[in-house]
Amino acid sequence: MAREFHNLQELRHNASLVTKVFVQRDYTEGTVCRFQAKFPSELDNRIERTLLEETVKTLNSYYVEAEKIGGQSYLEGCLACATAYIVFLCMETRYEKVLKKISGYIHEQNEKIYAPRGLLLTDPVERGMRVLEISVFEDRGSGSSSPSSSMSSAGSSAR
Amino acid sequence: MSAVMITRKVRKWEKLPGKNTFCCDGRVMMARQKGVFYLTLFLIVGTCSLFFAFECPYLAVHLSPSVPVFAIVLFFFVIAMLLRTSFSDPGVLPRALPEEATFIEMEIEAANGNVPAGQRAPPRIRNVQINNQIVKLKYCYTCKIFRPPRASHCSICDNCVDRFDHHCPWVGNCVGKRNYRYFYMFTLSLSLLTIYIFTFDIVHVVMRSVDKGFLNTLKETPGTVLEVLVCFFTLWSVVGLTGFHTYLISLNQTTNEDIKGSWSGKNRVQNPYSHKNCFKNCFEVLCGPTFPSVLDRRGLMQEDSSFSAASASLPPSRSNPVSQTTKTTAPLIRNEHTPDEAKRSIAAPEEKSYSPREENGSSPREEKSSSPREEKGSSPREEKSSSPREEKSSSPREEKSSSPREEKGSSPREEKSSSPREEKSSSPREEKSSSPREEKSSSPREETPKVPPLASPEPDAEVSVTKGPAH
Repeated sequence: MAREFHNLQELRHNASLVTKVFVQRDYTEGTVCRFQAKFPSELDNRIERTLLEETVKTLNSYYVEAEKIGGQSYLEGCLACATAYIVFLCMETRYEKVLKKISGYIHEQNEKIYAPRGLLLTDPVERGMRVLEISVFEDRGSGSSSPSSSMSSAGSSAR
Repeated sequence: MSAVMITRKVRKWEKLPGKNTFCCDGRVMMARQKGVFYLTLFLIVGTCSLFFAFECPYLAVHLSPSVPVFAIVLFFFVIAMLLRTSFSDPGVLPRALPEEATFIEMEIEAANGNVPAGQRAPPRIRNVQINNQIVKLKYCYTCKIFRPPRASHCSICDNCVDRFDHHCPWVGNCVGKRNYRYFYMFTLSLSLLTIYIFTFDIVHVVMRSVDKGFLNTLKETPGTVLEVLVCFFTLWSVVGLTGFHTYLISLNQTTNEDIKGSWSGKNRVQNPYSHKNCFKNCFEVLCGPTFPSVLDRRGLMQEDSSFSAASASLPPSRSNPVSQTTKTTAPLIRNEHTPDEAKRSIAAPEEKSYSPREENGSSPREEKSSSPREEKGSSPREEKSSSPREEKSSSPREEKSSSPREEKGSSPREEKSSSPREEKSSSPREEKSSSPREEKSSSPREETPKVPPLASPEPDAEVSVTKGPAH
């Protein structure tokens, strides 16, 4: 796989979008936020399976931490209730703190792993926690522009 | 042909689809019809003001000063909970962007295969297994997503809401994942406040009557009569509603699921979300994590409007399909106008096109359907019951005993059952009040594809997003 070093900025501004792949939510354990570890076939020749699976697994563990119902969430809930939830106007909730960590993690992953391969992860929070969107950009190294044809008409709208 | 390109930064809430109204620059989010919410506020504030004016001075002196103190604390708690419930995002799921919608369409086509001409396409359903139970996820034609489990589309707010409980006109908002606990706290604290005021009204009348006689007491404190009347009727409805929601919480069910009978009956799936333990269920619903809003209301985005002198009407290029149907058009600008004048005249119709979208409805059809609903829905309410709050609890009680809807057109039920009406062709419900007919007309909208196929999105539908401070 011929690879050219793509810088994250370069990717966003210069490279043309080929298609977008969506990793869906995994509801087997209920309504907890969790993404499927299934590897999308469109990314077969763009990234190693293990890297994406590792990213998804780490994201899932972050969400588990955010939605954990235990001592801390109970204390936070009780304290907030006692103050008629006014404390939430000043304080950041645990979920929001974890979402910030996730945002940082995704940015780091994009810089280190995905941008060099012409891919870009979008934080699920920007898509309503429904999907993990992976934008596939033109791989200059290989010279080819589109693995899947039907998406390219919608996908080629310039960002 | 001169083209003028104007870019301005707008807050994302200005461009959100759906029928919500936003205040305080996107910080506050409510449903469009707020009349009943104002009534709720008026009743609570009015009754408590009478209590503080008439009863509290006497009771503070003759009984204990802690009586008015506790009343004040309870009153502020009730108002805080009401405002939290009404103003917060209930858990609205943002609609799918074009690429995601296309991706889902492709998956559906691949799953359904070729449908012979003339035959109706199979319903768009995705089966998922949750805790060893099969749950069906329905496709929402409005939002172009497969709804997550427990989510439902509210036809009044025109949004899919996560863990949708019901649309409550009393709080002027949907009740969903993010504000359910505030709603429950509101009904619980309001029950306590009502009982408190009612009790101390009686105590006050008794104590005063001992000294001065019953009729003189009533003459001296006329507010008492009004308070007792309001509290008496409120008690039954609000306490009943609190009891109903306590029952739902202990089973980890939503009102929507209870109405639809999703988990009841032998042939049906058992509730896969319940922990089978009352305390665990309560714990999860009331003490679980506080989910942040995924609807970025206060983020900034670029809004480009291009205007060409040759064309008579050109809607702003980045607007939603919804706002494109507004009647305002860009004015025809003659060549002698300067670019500055052109900008000013473009800005004026743009403002006109945004405010009607928020307040009245973005298309004549929507306006027509929303206003009769409001009128017909509110008039039975005012005429038939002496206190509007009676209806709040009577509806869940009726549903629990599963008797046909003999009660009048009480609105919480209408909104609550707007989604079940897509599936159940329950005839008793159709006959009763006039407003469900409007609801019914909106539900077929969901079943059939509402907008033209995705092949014709707007020219540059994907806006470049400047990340602003997310709320």
